[in-house]
Amino acid sequence: MNAPGASPPDPRSIWTKKKMMIELNGVGKSFTLHNQGGTEIPVLAGAELSVAPGECVALTGASGAGKSTLMRMIYGNYRTQAGSIRVGGVDVTAAAPREILRLRREGLGYISQFLRVVPRVPTVAVVAEPLLQLGRPRDQALDVARGLLHRLNIPERLWDLSPTTFSGGEQQRVNIARGFAHAYPALLLDEPTASLDAVNRAVVLEMIAEAKARGAAILGIFHDVAARDAVCDRAVDVGAFTPGAVQ
Amino acid sequence: MTPLLQVTGLSKHYGARIGCAGVAFDLYPGEVLGIVGESGSGKSTLLNCLAGHLTPDRGQVLFDTRADGLRDTVTMSEPERRMLARTDWAFVHQNPRDGLRMGVSAGGNVGERLMAVGGRHYGRIRDTATDWLGRVEIAADRIDDRPSAFSGGMQQRLQIARNLVTGPRLVFMDEPTGGLDVSVQARLLDLLRGLVREMGLSAILVTHDLAVVRLLADRLMVMKSGHVVEAGLTDQVLDDPQHPYTQLLVSSVLQM
Amino acid sequence: MTQSDQYNFAYLDEQTKRMIRRALLKGLAIPGYQVPFASREMPMPYGWGTGGVQVSAACLTPEDTLKVIDQGADDTTNAVSIRKFFERTAGVATTEHTPDASLIQTRHRIPETPLTQDQILVYQVPIPEPLRFLEPRETETRKMHELQEYGLMHVRLYEDIAQHGHIATAYAYPVRVEGRYVMDPSPIPKFDNPKLGDCPAIQLFGAGREQRIYALPPYTQVVSLDFDDHPFDPSKADHDCALCGAADSYLDEVIVDDRGGRIFVCSDTDYCAGRRAETGGPE
Repeated sequence: MNAPGASPPDPRSIWTKKKMMIELNGVGKSFTLHNQGGTEIPVLAGAELSVAPGECVALTGASGAGKSTLMRMIYGNYRTQAGSIRVGGVDVTAAAPREILRLRREGLGYISQFLRVVPRVPTVAVVAEPLLQLGRPRDQALDVARGLLHRLNIPERLWDLSPTTFSGGEQQRVNIARGFAHAYPALLLDEPTASLDAVNRAVVLEMIAEAKARGAAILGIFHDVAARDAVCDRAVDVGAFTPGAVQ
Repeated sequence: MTPLLQVTGLSKHYGARIGCAGVAFDLYPGEVLGIVGESGSGKSTLLNCLAGHLTPDRGQVLFDTRADGLRDTVTMSEPERRMLARTDWAFVHQNPRDGLRMGVSAGGNVGERLMAVGGRHYGRIRDTATDWLGRVEIAADRIDDRPSAFSGGMQQRLQIARNLVTGPRLVFMDEPTGGLDVSVQARLLDLLRGLVREMGLSAILVTHDLAVVRLLADRLMVMKSGHVVEAGLTDQVLDDPQHPYTQLLVSSVLQM
Repeated sequence: MTQSDQYNFAYLDEQTKRMIRRALLKGLAIPGYQVPFASREMPMPYGWGTGGVQVSAACLTPEDTLKVIDQGADDTTNAVSIRKFFERTAGVATTEHTPDASLIQTRHRIPETPLTQDQILVYQVPIPEPLRFLEPRETETRKMHELQEYGLMHVRLYEDIAQHGHIATAYAYPVRVEGRYVMDPSPIPKFDNPKLGDCPAIQLFGAGREQRIYALPPYTQVVSLDFDDHPFDPSKADHDCALCGAADSYLDEVIVDDRGGRIFVCSDTDYCAGRRAETGGPE
């Protein structure tokens, strides 16, 4: 069967060493609310940003400044009205859906604050999913998933249950395990340590450091200042991209 | 990679009324395309035109056949189209009664497509049917029971097995989880996701359930009054809808 | 007996017979294909052989000798009344002796005595469409015949094996004609199926209520459907005829007393009587 992604990685892949893994130029975003009189809400303008392989960059700024919006735009979840967003050579603002899907499968991971899964699917299968999508053998993918769940201190008796009934902290850790199952060259983290206890927070920071060490380009939102200082090389204030604040 | 299906300028009118108009898209191998819209938006008309159940007034539906490459299924002869329908295509109806033979056992339902393409060895047909019942989580000892003795969820899973047994490449699904309990829906969705991935299937999924497309579809087309008003990556269309109608549709969903 | 003046020869008017003959010729030209025809009201109820009677009426000439059998017997109600009907309306000679007949109308059997090139066998058919029970839509079954989509026929046989361990269909066993049309041979026992193929006589099938005629010209290839691992088996009761001792004929089971005593006898009464006359067996 030619399952998508089953083929071995193309040596001329888009993941050959790039100077910048994530690169934003003149990015602008506004929402138009057609059902509220066509109100147009400008959110971002002239955003410039880049992340090199092995680098971890923090997005900072007041609540509502557009940090999560920018992350979602980079992931292709929100549309971009102006500028370009290049991730490992793919311009997310112009790419066809299937190119973005391929990017998400192979190159760009995203750990959000929310766990979204098919009810009834066991936790271990949820975590293994990214590897299965890449066509890895099932037992191999499940092995990786078990290792991650173990490392993130999810009790083994929960592995075969659906995570939909887990506590907030457990769901967060399942989400992180899934996000780290595949060694993405680029990674977006939205509050990865938000509802974790000290022990698990340390594990996650360790995992982020390891990802950096293998050359992943990481862009994150961390409200936890200590965590930010521990893993981030520099910070970018999204407030600078607020429309009107540019000039 | 060449698209499995290339649709251009597809239109179907019912007298003066528009069924669907000017629909165009490409579908690549392994992709799942969702089509959403309210009742009467033309999504079922479109699906039936694509699957050869209705003849469109205008437009092309090019399918990448195994033997001859791209062929227009609108203009190909009926025998060829029907041959595609029972080999490379599959159609999962909303109501399993429309897609199953209710008077024939589960094994016979699954075996029919094998016999239709020349299967003449009872033992092998039965083995394949048993294997497929297992894949859709129906116990092997139910093989000789009729679908009328099955629950709604089982009937739907049987319909899926019956359709996928010949290893089709393109599956048309018309509200496959409609009419099922929420818990049964989830199980079916998980099953479909697994099968789509394992078999590398392409699928076109018509539904009005936005939660279903979010979980199953890679891409989404939103239809209104016979026209595609918005198309794109599923989560993009649902989370950052651009068209007034899509915004209305997304904001109308009850939040839990 | 002579022909009554009050009837046309063989009851039907000439235009109707012409219409039926055209359907018969088309049926012979396309073996196994169901030809629609404008079936007439006959002076007997549907289910009593109105299709067969119309086909016989269209084929009979004053020189013909007619034999009518019902389940192999010449002396059952149905056989007797149809024979009388043609004696009265056509004035043709009748016989019970298979080799002497030029036209044989039958319900549910093929005579044991091999037929010849000089004979026509007319079958009474209740339901001409072999796909009917699995696909009730006539528009769809006609399309299936057109496109030779016959997988469904095997579904029927599959169901048999799944339920009974073997193909339990014992009569109206479906056949494929010349590798083209799947045909219902009327409710003859599957024991008779091998006689359908390569037969020197013309075989005509008439379904009155359903308004269909189909035909097998002489020496047509007729194959009973089956599976590679469940081949067609004509099967036969594990007895000899209690009257004539025949080991090769199709048998009826007859209850002979109130204590459950039973014997097996030839269903073809003429064949059985002929053998007894030859060998001087028990009367």
